[in-house]
Order: sequence, then structure tokens, then C-alpha cells
Amino acid sequence: MYGYAGRILYVDLNTGKTRVENLSEDYAKKYIGGIGLGMRLWLDNSKAGVDPLSPDNPLVLSLGPISGTMFPTAGNGHAFVAKSPATFGIGEAVAHGTFGAELKRAGYDAVIIKGKAEKPVYLWIDDDSVQLLDASHLMGKSPAETEDAIKDELGDYYIRVAAIGLAGEKLSRIACIMNEKTRAAGRTGLGAVMGSKNLKAIAVRGTRDIVPAKPEEFMEMVKEFHERMKGPATQKYRTLGTPENVLVHNALHCMPTRNYNNAHFENAEKVSGEVLNEKFVAKIIGCSSCAMRCEHEVVVPEGPYKGTMTRMEYETLWSMGPYCGIDKLDAIIKGMEICNYYGIDAISAGVIVAFAMDCYENGLLSKEDLDGIDAHFGNADALLRLLEKMGKREGIGDILAEGVRIAAQKIGKGAEKLAQHIKGLEVTGYDLRCLKTAALGFAVSFRGADHNRHGAYAFDVKGKVDRLKAEKGRGKMVRDMEDVYALIDSFIVCKFSRGTYYKELQDMAKLYTLVTGIEMTPEELKKSGERINTIARVINIREGFSRKDDTLPWKVMNVPIPDDGPVKGAVVTQEELDLLLDDYYESRGWTLEGVPKVAKLKELGMDDVISIVADKQEA
Amino acid sequence: MVKIHERKFVSADPDKCVGCQICEYICSWTKEKAFNPLKSRIRVVRVNQLANMAVTCRRCEDPPCVAACPRDALTQSEETGTIMIDMDKCNGCGWCIEACDYGAIMLHPETKVVHVCDLCKEQGEPQCIKWCPEEALMLVTSDVLAQKARISAVKKLFQEAKKK
Repeated sequence: MYGYAGRILYVDLNTGKTRVENLSEDYAKKYIGGIGLGMRLWLDNSKAGVDPLSPDNPLVLSLGPISGTMFPTAGNGHAFVAKSPATFGIGEAVAHGTFGAELKRAGYDAVIIKGKAEKPVYLWIDDDSVQLLDASHLMGKSPAETEDAIKDELGDYYIRVAAIGLAGEKLSRIACIMNEKTRAAGRTGLGAVMGSKNLKAIAVRGTRDIVPAKPEEFMEMVKEFHERMKGPATQKYRTLGTPENVLVHNALHCMPTRNYNNAHFENAEKVSGEVLNEKFVAKIIGCSSCAMRCEHEVVVPEGPYKGTMTRMEYETLWSMGPYCGIDKLDAIIKGMEICNYYGIDAISAGVIVAFAMDCYENGLLSKEDLDGIDAHFGNADALLRLLEKMGKREGIGDILAEGVRIAAQKIGKGAEKLAQHIKGLEVTGYDLRCLKTAALGFAVSFRGADHNRHGAYAFDVKGKVDRLKAEKGRGKMVRDMEDVYALIDSFIVCKFSRGTYYKELQDMAKLYTLVTGIEMTPEELKKSGERINTIARVINIREGFSRKDDTLPWKVMNVPIPDDGPVKGAVVTQEELDLLLDDYYESRGWTLEGVPKVAKLKELGMDDVISIVADKQEA
Repeated sequence: MVKIHERKFVSADPDKCVGCQICEYICSWTKEKAFNPLKSRIRVVRVNQLANMAVTCRRCEDPPCVAACPRDALTQSEETGTIMIDMDKCNGCGWCIEACDYGAIMLHPETKVVHVCDLCKEQGEPQCIKWCPEEALMLVTSDVLAQKARISAVKKLFQEAKKK
């Protein structure tokens, strides 16, 4: 095979045994790679109803067919897939850097890790040699410290490492898996799955050649896309970066503030991308084989957090900033560093702190409950102390590390209404009350509240639709975006490069064919995108999800936007949500309960999963 | 023999280098028709997120790699300063690798003889420079580097003087 390594590595942590199986071309073409292939392999290797933190929940690490080539951004991504401890449905998260390319050169498209090691270990993949090494001396270390220690003891600077921090070891439901200090497979708590297996890290070295099927045409395409990467399609990411969104969203009153109590932050100017770049950005760096370079490295030059260094993006700046009512950028940067240190999803972490602050202001949590922390909105010190507690699972942090849904259940007293999540995953920085296409995208997203499964906010934010209106037609818009986004995460290319695919599916199909040598048409690729979304749906149905789970956070449906301005009073009603869901399910060929119809599964060549949904066709 | 003042080599500007490794990929592609950093004659080092730099052969005057080779497999071109490797004589012992202060000479993973940058002799120009998206790589002499350093030092001095 070209592009694909053609091999899947199985690791059984119970016995320490490993084996390699071939990747079938049928799976390759149908599920592409990355999250698509990962989810399919997870389904094949798991049983219904598995506890996410039990040894029986396999952790799948998967790459795309383009990994390891020099196609811009395509060389460097990797995906983790498992049942999510946060949502109890399918969990997946993608990260970039150089780790993915290294694993491809070691000769694998996917690694499937089952069971649980007796004591802490790390997995050392050195081309064909696969070993489990003792990790007891690495316990408690941050992902970055773990990476350095492993490189040191194995004696090779170019070894790439993905690791969990203390939060993953302590099974926090917001734990992530990090590589190269600042890159995180952040969402859906997969770090806890790794921790539950006593697996501290995965270290990789690969020495094989990567060669595309049609080298000359491929290099022509590479040349063209390297030029596009330097052009207008990626300008935002190369200049201010995603934090540009702060002022854009704020002007549109679609930036959730103080745990959705507002949609507009009065001090946004203080935490804008503009200020971040002027005062803190020290360097912008790139992942392997990327001519865009987007990673904004910030350094705090003075004050109490002097010397703090981390990567900064909109979502995490938003969650620990405006969403907590905090307007001190240096403290937000410090917060990001704390999240990286313990290995926690900084989006969820900020949302959880805001939830705790809301509980505090509403009397659901007292100062004593919060270990003496005066957690009112806007208190930067409270943010940092709560993040530390969450990272270590100390005191109140032990409950908060469970995520807002479970924390709210434990707190009781109606705290559920303040828990802003979908399917157990914390919200991201888009106020869904006034972005109704996005609201649908978020509601149906198979991994819970997230903008990265569909990007449907773009229609609303760019004014391509009436963002306050729920109407027929949005279902197809969300569906088409979901299909493309699923392909992006399966190839794996970077979402920031999506604008360089001028002809979208046509360009992607050409890329696939040139790399793999497997003929792929845009129509077939579209079907693969649909298939990937469908397999995720089938998995979630197997795990007990239905239409009732395709819903929105309580405040989105019950607390109209209070701020004077363009969207005052906006809210999503149950009627609107129902209309949107009906429209979406219909466009997907699913029943009104959101179950893929047998005919649709046959059309997609997914006969082998019909049995999972066959008895749920009535609706 | 070409004087060190006239000898050109590929130099990376650490302020511009972002550590993207495109130079590694295009080098191994040009030389070996494969994507594999281990076959690249230029390597990228990221010491931390802020410190990124690509490193390759600097065509030293009186090169220690040549002096170190016990089998006389390495010679320096009088015309260009390029280190030339006699593949038949090299047995991959690695003394030249040890001798190089820059880590710019490396052992090929398959042929087990060393390889080093030749400025893409066959292509007529270094492909890493052509492809670097940040324009961080330059073909320079040490005189040019010294000039650049002088100019930026003086500029900085005057900017600071203006502030005062």
C-alpha cells in the first residue's frame, strides 16, 4: 500500500503481548484513517456498554493516509479514539505536531491498546520492536517532563512522545493526552482512559521511508498547496491567530460570558487577540511540514507570572477569561500553563471553573465547600487555585475534575441548570442562543458540545444565514459541514488549512488518490464523510444514546440573552430545536429518533453494523 | 582554492525558523525520492518552543571531518568547499560525525555511509532554500553573515538611542 503503512499494531497490556495485523483496503477506503478508521476499529474491538475506565475499553491511536508526507499540515496529525469517560459515547480527539509522522515512519496506521498493565508502563515503539517499559519513576510528572525524561533515558532527541499528566493518572474526566509540550488531544477525557490502563506514555521512533503512489503529480500538488498556505486562506492563523475571535465574537454578542450569564464581555478589549499579540506573543512556530505556522507561543514578560510560557488559542483564552469573567491576560496564560502541566483539557477546565463560580454566586457552593476560595466571577486567583485543585484532584477539585455534568449531580440543589454541557462535554466559545445553525451542530455532535465537529458557526458568524432563525435547510448545511470535518480529521489534515482546498472534496479526493494510489472520486469521498458520521452515530446508539441526547445546555434553552444589543432576548426553544433536529435527521436519512435507517446503511456499504440498529427502526 | 570568504553555505536565521521541517522533507525527497528526515542533509532542532533552527554543513576551512577520516574517504572540493564522500572508502565508522561540531554530517540509515549537504549540486540550487516558507534559509558566505550582524547591531543601537 502507498500512503497507508498497511499495518495495525495490537498491544495487550494484560499479557504484555503484541501482534501486527494488516489493514484491509476496504476499511482504508471506507473509513479513510484518523477518527474514521479509529472509530471503526474501536467498534470492532469493544463490547456494548463497556465502562470507559475499565480495561475493556480499547484505546485506539490512528493516523491518516497522508501522515508522514510533506503535504502541508497533512504529515503531522494523529487521533485518539475510545469510549469517552466524559460523555459515555464515542470519544475522539486529534492533535498535531510531529508525533503522527513519526508513528507512520515506524510502520503503523493504528495502534489498538487493550487491557490494563499491572504497574505503570510506557509503550516504546521503535519501528518493529515494541516494548512495555517501566514508568513508575514517571508517575506524577507532567506530560512535558515525561517527554524529556523518556528522550533522555532512551537516548534519542528525535523520539516523539504522547503522554498523560497527573490528571490522567487520577482518572479525571477532563484529562487529555499531550505531545510536544503544547499540543493536546484535548477533548472527551481520553487521558483518563490511558490512565485507567496504567499507561503513562507512548514513545515512538520510525525510520521507514514514506513514498506517495504518484510522486510527480503529488509533488506538483504539494507545491501548489504550499503556496496556498502562504496566501489569504490562512491569513488569520498566521497573524493574530484564533484569539482574533475575542473581539469578533464580542461585537456579535455571541461570546458566552460568566457561565452563559451574558453573551458579551465588557472587558473584552483587555483580553483581545490584539493585546495578546502585542504584549505576550514571543514566537509563532509550525508543526511538521506546515508552511502556515499558527502556534502562537506566549511568554509573560513581567509581574507575578513572569516567565510563564505556553501556546495560546481562542478557545482556552475564552474559557479561562471571559467565561470566568476574568480580564487579566497574564493570569489566563498562567492558567493555560497549569492545564498543560497536569494534562487537562483547558476548554473544559475553564468552563468547570465558571460553573463553580456560578454555583458560588448562587449559594450552591459555599466558601467552605470551595476550600476557602472566594470564587466570584472575575477572580483570577480563584481560577488558578481551582485549576491546581482540579489537576491534583484535591478537595473541591476532586469533584470538579469529573466535569460539570457529574459535578452538578454530586452538588445537587439544581446545580444541573448551571452545568453548561452537551452529552457531558463542556461547551466551547460560541453563544448558541444567537447562533442557531451552530446550535444544531452542537446538539447533534457525536462527541458532545464542540465546534470542531461541524464548524457550522461560520454560517451564523459570517452572516450567510439569519443566525437568530431556526428554519428548514439548516439540517443539510450542518450535515455537509460535518461530512467535510469528519474527512479533515480522518485524512488527517489541519482544520486551519481548510480554506486552501478551494475545490474542497475535489481537491481532497485528488490528494487521496495521488498519495494512496487508490482511485477516489469526490462523490465517494463525500460518502466516506457520511459513513464516518454514521459509524459514530451507530456507536452512540449502541451505547444507549437517542434523540433525547441531541439537546442543548439548560441556559441556552431557558435564559434569554440579557445584554442590550443586537441579540437581546435570544434563546433556543424546544420547538426550534425539534424543527432543526427533524430537518437534520431527514437530510441524513435517519429516523425521527435519530437512528440511521437500514436502507441508508446498505447504501453506505455498512451492512455489517445493521444488527446494532435493526430493532430501533420504528419511529 | 576557494577562500573561506567566498565559500557559500546554507545558514538558518533562528529568528525566522519555525521548526516546520519542510527543509528536511524536501532534502530527503530531492536526494532519495522518499520522505524521511533520517535521509535529510539538513536537520531541524527545537530546543524549546521559542528556539528553533535548521542546521547543515558549514563548509569549514580546514574541515575537521576530513581530517578525522582514517580512510581518506572525505575530501573537500577546492572549487566550492563541498565535503565529498567516497562511498567505496567510507565504512561508516563515524569519526567524522564525532569531529563535526554542528552534527552536520550523518550516517545514512541504509547505505551505512555518511552523507552531507552538497548544496543540491545536481539541481543547481539548494532546494531547502527554495522551499522554506519563512525564507529563513540563505545561501551565504561568512562575510555576508558578519555584515548582516553588524547592520542589525547598529540599527538596534540607534533605535535604543532614539528611545533615550
